[in-house]
Amino acid sequence: METLITILAGVLVTIAVYLLLCRNIVRVILGTALLSHAVHLLLMTMGGLKQGGVPLIGEHEAGFTDALPQALILTAIVISFAVTAFLLVLAYRTYKETGSADLLELRGPKNE
Amino acid sequence: MFIPIVILAPFMAALLVPFIYRHIPNRNIGWFVIIIPLTLFLIMVSFIPAISKGKTFIHTIKWIDTAGINFTTYLDGLSMIFVLLITGIGALVVLYSIYYLSEREALGRFYAYLLLFMGSMLGVVLSDNLMVLYVFWELTSISSFLLIAFWYHRKKSRYGAQKSLLITVSGGIAMLAGFIMLYVMTNTFSVREIIATISDYTGNSLFVPAMVLVLLGAFTKSAQFPFHIWLPDAMEAPTPVSAYLHSATMVKAGIYIVARFTPVFGGESIWFYAVTCVGIITLFWGSFNAVRQKDLKALLAYSTVSQLGLIMSLLGLGSVAHANDYNVNTILYTQATFAALFHLINHATFKGALFMVVGILDHQLGTRDIRRLGGLMALMPITFTVAMIGSFSMAGLPPFNGFLSKEMFFEAMLFARHFDELSIGALATLIPVIAWIASVFTFVYSMIIVFQTFFGAHQPARLDREAHEAPIGMLVSPIVLVCFVVGIFFFPNVIGKWILQPAMASIYPALEGAPGLVPRIAAWHGFNATLALTVGVVVVGALLYRYLQYWRGIYTASPLNWNLDTLYTNTLAKLGSGSEALTNRYMTGYLKDYFVYIFSFFIVLIGGGLLWLGSFHIDTSKDSVITVNEYIIIFVMMIAACAILFAKARTTAILLNGVLGYSIAFLFVIFRAPDLALTQIIVETVTTTLFLLVFYFLPEWKRESSAVVTKLVNGIISVAVGVVVTVLALAVQGNKMFDSISLYFEDSYNLAGGKNIVNTILGDFRAFDTMLEVVVLFIAGLAVFSIIKLKSRKEEKDVESE
Repeated sequence: METLITILAGVLVTIAVYLLLCRNIVRVILGTALLSHAVHLLLMTMGGLKQGGVPLIGEHEAGFTDALPQALILTAIVISFAVTAFLLVLAYRTYKETGSADLLELRGPKNE
Repeated sequence: MFIPIVILAPFMAALLVPFIYRHIPNRNIGWFVIIIPLTLFLIMVSFIPAISKGKTFIHTIKWIDTAGINFTTYLDGLSMIFVLLITGIGALVVLYSIYYLSEREALGRFYAYLLLFMGSMLGVVLSDNLMVLYVFWELTSISSFLLIAFWYHRKKSRYGAQKSLLITVSGGIAMLAGFIMLYVMTNTFSVREIIATISDYTGNSLFVPAMVLVLLGAFTKSAQFPFHIWLPDAMEAPTPVSAYLHSATMVKAGIYIVARFTPVFGGESIWFYAVTCVGIITLFWGSFNAVRQKDLKALLAYSTVSQLGLIMSLLGLGSVAHANDYNVNTILYTQATFAALFHLINHATFKGALFMVVGILDHQLGTRDIRRLGGLMALMPITFTVAMIGSFSMAGLPPFNGFLSKEMFFEAMLFARHFDELSIGALATLIPVIAWIASVFTFVYSMIIVFQTFFGAHQPARLDREAHEAPIGMLVSPIVLVCFVVGIFFFPNVIGKWILQPAMASIYPALEGAPGLVPRIAAWHGFNATLALTVGVVVVGALLYRYLQYWRGIYTASPLNWNLDTLYTNTLAKLGSGSEALTNRYMTGYLKDYFVYIFSFFIVLIGGGLLWLGSFHIDTSKDSVITVNEYIIIFVMMIAACAILFAKARTTAILLNGVLGYSIAFLFVIFRAPDLALTQIIVETVTTTLFLLVFYFLPEWKRESSAVVTKLVNGIISVAVGVVVTVLALAVQGNKMFDSISLYFEDSYNLAGGKNIVNTILGDFRAFDTMLEVVVLFIAGLAVFSIIKLKSRKEEKDVESE
């Protein structure tokens, strides 16, 4: 299971990186969202998968699965949401100001 | 102990000065400042008897003991000379500046910088620990920079300040490297301990590099050829600063380092050659260029360069004494060092006085240009007397102290012929010859100062102000200095016994107390070679001065127009334009390019590292089993992810992203993470909504119109990143080096009173983390709000569109 999830994360990273390298600003933002999905999966895998029970005391007495990656991922999900929201609004404002959502066009004038 | 307080007192005063200046915003602030150097001077004078008996004072304040860095102060004979110069001349300079600087100047700032310098300079000469010494060393460069740029509205001041900082700090960094090498060799930062043990390390491969690096620091600071170019430009500083930093003290820090390290490196032939030859070349080049100057201050600057070269070359000759064991000749070698230290003091007295004279002329007449001056003898008799004594002393005429040290200098130079130890060959003849020629030029420019300023026709029309004698306050300091010039001539052995003798003992610890180490200085030696040389200097110098107009043409000869200043300026300009071109090449402003740099670096570093180390070991034996439904979810995710790349419409893409998000939520359920699954579902929903909302305002995305090659390169980069990440992750999973620390959290009910382990981690064990995360969310929220609401300013937009 771990190996398979790692490979899945690798595939997600590949696609995220490809999107990050695109010209369209929305594709780039989508790339960041995808990248965080991949990282969450990787974090989860590091702690071992499907071993032990749900980390709720009293539910399962035969040992718990690693709770630390879960706490980390919970933080990461929320932060990545904040980042995505911020980037989206930034893209919106940029488009409103400049009339462009193309990063190649958006690079500043030469020799600023 | 006194010594650390001596170093810290000026720093404390520098802190206080701006506050006092607020209450006394006029020149009287100087009377407060002068207390510091004067008190320190008197305190230090009270140490002289003990020092001259061979006592030394050490005091250690523990600082970073484990790294061998402690605030250790060490007062011995060598430090004593410098401490007396720093505090004594410091007091005179402060007194002089009270009358020199206008009340409109930012006096608070000026005195704060001056005290900062005083403290750092005292730190340099009193520190035993090399790291502490280095810090003070750089502080002197910084305070010098601040003082040169005191009139920062002038372009030339800024240029001079930058130049001095660049050159001295580069030398300082070289010196730091040298100090670290010394530490690596001897395992101590203490100069005393290094001197004691260095004989075990002379064969070490770091010995010579350390020596060269330390010398670089000393040469840049002491304006030795070819680093002397900063000193003439440093003359943009107010004249009290030039008199203090750039003639009497800071430029002598390099001399101090060379003298201090003579017991460490002396006796090595490289040290001898480097110090002597650089010194001799500087001596000649400085005096030769001084003659051509039209600005009196520039003339004095080149003359300072030249005199520093003189002292340096003497130290080089004196270092030979370390090459052999004690015998009669060794003592003779040390006489060069004795002359160096003696001239160090003499130079500080007459050059300080001369700088102050030039300051007076500048202040009273509004110019320092030799061509506009003349005939001032009758109008400014006291200034004239001071200038004459100073110049004649510099020229090496009796009855002034310069005569004595110049005689000793010739003697030492002539003695160089007997250096058989280092087989210097032709150099033995060359050294006295160059020294003599340089002395002739010294004589010529000394005469220029006296005769072209004070004799000849008075030209009132060409002066900004009418010529008057300066106020008495400005005259006191130079008069005190010339009193020393004359006094030392008549009583040189007082200096020899009380001040030079302990300094010689610290440079030649092995010879301490040996007979003849401290010679009797006498004005009259009978008719001998040195006297003949002096007479020759006077005769030839007088002739050259008389016929100056006929041979001045050589200065305009074409090879001399190319100089080191041009090289410096061009190098600086090239560095600027070169780095700009380089930066413009890779800072394209296009986000993709930056991503490419980052990812390429990642691939090369991590991927290359994995390949190179070959340390990845993939172990799938501990994997848990996969059920059919999990296969289905993962399969769906892979398809969805790949489909995003080919989505024609952005809505399709965002829905596919939603598929991924919700599938991950499912996976979280399978992975026994209910909290994550819930959060993921909520966040994914909101994110998708947000995307759709923004889509409403943004245009439909076009197909990427990039070239096929670009797409191919992007594809290769992304696949490479994916592969590296996968391999790295698998390698990490295959090599568990530590047990999980999560067992600790499983006791959450007792530790934190919660049954949900994940929640207790977030809300209790790592509560600060969570709190800061909330802060991040809050800031992001603020940013989102302000980006939407912010009104753009019209003017800015116009500027951008240009």
